[in-house]
Amino acid sequence: MNKSLVLRGRLWVLRQDGRLFSDIDTDMIFHNAHLAVVEMEKMGQYAFGNLEGYQKFAEMAEPGDLVLAGDNFGSGSSRQHAVDCFKALGVQAVVARSFGAIYKRNAINSGFPVIELPGLPDGLFTHHAIAELDLEKGVLSSGTVSFTGLPMSGVASEIYSAGGLFQYAEHLEGV
Amino acid sequence: MGRTIVEKIIGRHGGGDCRAGDVVWMGIDNRTARDFAGASVVANLEQYGGDSPVADPGKTFFTFDCNVPANTIPYAENQQRIREFARDRGIRVYDVDAGIGSHVTIEEGYGLPGTTTVGTDSHLNIMGSVGAFGQGMGDTDIAFAFKTGKVWFEVPPSVRVELQGMPSRGTEAKDVALAMLGRFSGHELLGKSVEVYGPWAEQATLPDCITLSSLATEMGAIIALIPPNGNVLQYFGISREDAVYADPDAEYEAEYTLDIEGLMPMIACPPSPTNVFPVHEMTSVRVDGVFIGSCTNGTYEDLVLTAELLRGRKVAPGVMLKVVPATRTTWSRLLDEGYLKVIFDAGGIISNAGCAGCASGQIGMTGSGEVQVSTSNRNFKGKQGKGETYLAGIGTAVASAVLGRIASVHELWPR
Ligand code: SF4
Repeated sequence: MNKSLVLRGRLWVLRQDGRLFSDIDTDMIFHNAHLAVVEMEKMGQYAFGNLEGYQKFAEMAEPGDLVLAGDNFGSGSSRQHAVDCFKALGVQAVVARSFGAIYKRNAINSGFPVIELPGLPDGLFTHHAIAELDLEKGVLSSGTVSFTGLPMSGVASEIYSAGGLFQYAEHLEGV
Repeated sequence: MGRTIVEKIIGRHGGGDCRAGDVVWMGIDNRTARDFAGASVVANLEQYGGDSPVADPGKTFFTFDCNVPANTIPYAENQQRIREFARDRGIRVYDVDAGIGSHVTIEEGYGLPGTTTVGTDSHLNIMGSVGAFGQGMGDTDIAFAFKTGKVWFEVPPSVRVELQGMPSRGTEAKDVALAMLGRFSGHELLGKSVEVYGPWAEQATLPDCITLSSLATEMGAIIALIPPNGNVLQYFGISREDAVYADPDAEYEAEYTLDIEGLMPMIACPPSPTNVFPVHEMTSVRVDGVFIGSCTNGTYEDLVLTAELLRGRKVAPGVMLKVVPATRTTWSRLLDEGYLKVIFDAGGIISNAGCAGCASGQIGMTGSGEVQVSTSNRNFKGKQGKGETYLAGIGTAVASAVLGRIASVHELWPR
């Protein structure tokens, strides 16, 4: 699979009290009341269903959208649903100042791009503007503004290009 | 520039000259899954594993410890599904009789200093106790480790914690760990590989090291590594050259000191393991039950201490004392040497080896309003039932069981 390393889409800038929304945990992303759902297609409707101010996200999201948040996105439990719900909606990537460690692993393992922008100022990007995310360079830009964060690691981009950890494993030599 | 312990261990397992922040493929010596999430690992392998879902059955094993023997039908079904998969693939199962997987991994000689272990147990970083790498991961990661023998990993930043001085008599490894939890409650250790130094670490026994490292998860750390001292080397019958130590000029992201000189017994009050106070400030709290066991405090030495403190005493009327050795090997030794009889005669309830009170209620859960002193590692709301759980060491647990309220081991001394 040859996947694009530059993504273009409408940017959801998640804010709380005027600042980038931080510490969005896995219960806010995908509430534990719906953990019994196993089909990915059915997970989209619950995305951010428990995130204050964004309960209608699933209805309003469009395929190709990008999501931007503050620190520690996806802290909490190890549920894969919190990644898969975005894939189900066609959201292309989540960008944040930082991620919870397990969330980052889960995202990378399922070939879902997550990009970290440490130190990103709160007000730089405009909600619902069209933005471009360069995975290789770790740059988010929109109109005349851009911010450089951490590029996708080599391993993450290999898994991303393959479409997931197991798809990647098929190409590994000697396994 | 020198390297830290975690950089060296990952380096030797395929990471090369790796440094904090590098993302590398790491070879895994021991690939494990327990009865919790083990069935999802099997499901992943059945879906994606192809014809050879397991790279090396000799390095791969299942450990049943959460719900043993199964007391719910879903657990029974999961365990049976794993057994059948394992039988087909020639993989060893440490079944419902074996005990806590992480302890079995050390006892059976898989978890040697300098090795790497992953599994579905979030406390597998307990391997830090022997100067080895261990990490709990999700089922996709573990299935991938089963299939390929490797996982990708971001080399964590290392920090150095120097424990200064020695605790007072009657103060245990658990109290030292609780003192660390109290000190580092502000996320300073989040995502770090913590190396622990100082006179206490140099003379700690293997069970002491196990207790301290088992609480790395609650500290938010990736792992708490204790450089193998003479006791640990002797346990494995190896020398310093066989173990991994940090270079003298290793670079740490931060260095902390914590004064434990004269430290008194500590207790973590609900609802979090970092909510730590000296035991003597909590002695007015009435206790309904005491649980002694878990991967944090369920070793042979922990239970010998339990028996010695209980000898000739009785559990207070109305208090349940639940005791669970971590492994079958420990159980057998305690049985042969008469320690279980002492605990039993004092009024203890003794159950088969496993995670017991810490996991799915093998030896009972708590009801609303029930106060329990536990030697395990988590006291979050709901973790051990609806009651209130206090975390403490063996001495505090036994004294509380005997006196029917939270008590320090010192109160048992002047007899
Ligand atoms: S005793 Fe508790 S913390 Fe330890 S492995 Fe078992 S369930 Fe996990």
